[in-house]
Amino acid sequence: MPKVNKGEVLLKFEDVSVHYGVIQAIKDITFDVKACEIVTLIGANGAGKTTTLRALSGLVKTSKGRITHQGDTISNLPAHQIVRRRISHSPEGRGIFLNLSVEENLDLGAWTAPDKATYQEDLEHAFELFPRLKERRKQNAGTLSGGEQQMLAMGRALMARPEILLLDEPSLGLAPQIIEKIFEIIQRINREGKTVLLVEQNALQALQVAHQGVVLETGKIVLSGPAKELLASDKVRQAYLGE
Amino acid sequence: MTEFVQHIVNGISLGSIYALIALGYTLVFGILQLINFAHGDVFMLGAFIGLYSSKFFGFDQNPSLGALVLIMGISMIGCAAIGYCIERLAYRPLRRAPRINVLITAVGVSLFLEFAGQLFLGADPKFFPQIYQPAGGDMGAGALKVNPLQVMVLVISLALMTALQYVVFKTRLGRAMRAVSFNHEYASLMGIPTDRVISYTFMLGSALAGAAGVLVGLIYPKIEPLMGVLPGLKAFVAAVLGGIGNVTGAVVGAITLGLAESLVVGYWAPTYRDALAFAVLIVILLIKPAGLFGTGRTEKV
Repeated sequence: MPKVNKGEVLLKFEDVSVHYGVIQAIKDITFDVKACEIVTLIGANGAGKTTTLRALSGLVKTSKGRITHQGDTISNLPAHQIVRRRISHSPEGRGIFLNLSVEENLDLGAWTAPDKATYQEDLEHAFELFPRLKERRKQNAGTLSGGEQQMLAMGRALMARPEILLLDEPSLGLAPQIIEKIFEIIQRINREGKTVLLVEQNALQALQVAHQGVVLETGKIVLSGPAKELLASDKVRQAYLGE
Repeated sequence: MTEFVQHIVNGISLGSIYALIALGYTLVFGILQLINFAHGDVFMLGAFIGLYSSKFFGFDQNPSLGALVLIMGISMIGCAAIGYCIERLAYRPLRRAPRINVLITAVGVSLFLEFAGQLFLGADPKFFPQIYQPAGGDMGAGALKVNPLQVMVLVISLALMTALQYVVFKTRLGRAMRAVSFNHEYASLMGIPTDRVISYTFMLGSALAGAAGVLVGLIYPKIEPLMGVLPGLKAFVAAVLGGIGNVTGAVVGAITLGLAESLVVGYWAPTYRDALAFAVLIVILLIKPAGLFGTGRTEKV
């Protein structure tokens, strides 16, 4: 894969549609993700945010359109091959293996890691971002609190050395101070050079950290643009920020 | 007292064979939530592979420990290949189908193997050659007699179970198996090729059944195409007893069942031996519905 330059278009959604049986979950979705940006997908429940991420990471098949990564079409590749392109997805509900220990979860995150030598370095980095995980490394992941599980989900996604990190509702069900912390870490990960595609219901906080925003409504894009502009737009303020 | 110990020894030896078969059920169930009813028939094919390969190499004339090891190896590899084919041809195309469809297919595969076996191998029992005769007679003290063959079966079973335990809990493949058994989708997001892990799981379970086929052939040397039905069913009971999906549970459940059977035969009525397996199952499931080692997952939200 070619090296990534800041600002270059990394991911392209072109007229992407997904059907679940006869029900259309997303319809003709088109947007770009540029390198080293945080792009957030916001919208109500059932708007198609999660489906968009799942189409990208190969968990659902697209029925129309295509998704490209650095020029290569990747739509409908199996999920385990998408990870090898350094696109790492932390799924809805966190996707922790509750039957395994914290450390085993992190190990699995590094399944595709190209080099064993980088493993230790990545592990140290994950522990530095989330010191709680280090304290609990031998513990069964099922015994972690919700916030700790979210940290594990993000730490594990980083173990794959992603260029692009997909986060699905990282703030869901967490206490406000923990949400604050999670968003800080998302920004830090981004500053370290990773591109982030963030799905959030928490529109205000998501737009505050993001560079670009995409607003979905019943499977279609109704608005998109720089996050600052969306924050200022009346439409977004009324519909998603409760004003 | 001696008699009691004798029954215990017999029970553990029988149980260790059930355990080898039960592990296959539990591995596959753990990863696919599928009861692979064809598993008992893979065990039967293991015995036949053992029989024909022994004849091919002439080991029936010339028994030795090396012969046993070689024949077990061949049977395990053969059964692994059969397990791979069953999964690839019968179950994988149904990966997204409702579970009941897969279950019916499993029954179909089982019947297919049993009656194809009758057609091609003959319905009449065949004699399994004594490819290994341990030196010396029965071991033991006083009236207690332990057949060296029994000891060997126990040692080999334990070695295979330990090896499996190692694979599941200490290797990269085992970690992938545990991840897939928790959730296929999450596992694929880690980059784990889930279909391949499922294939390997079938191959592992089937290889153990193949080993069990050869060991049973040595102890009860009459083999026939329907020989897998009852041990298969009982091993399944053992797996459920221990908590299906749990590797340790399958071994404990199988030993429990072997002991119970051996004691019933010894002290009560041998006729009830087969009914007992199910009676034990019912009683234990009444007390612990998830099986001895089955627990609800601890989840915190």
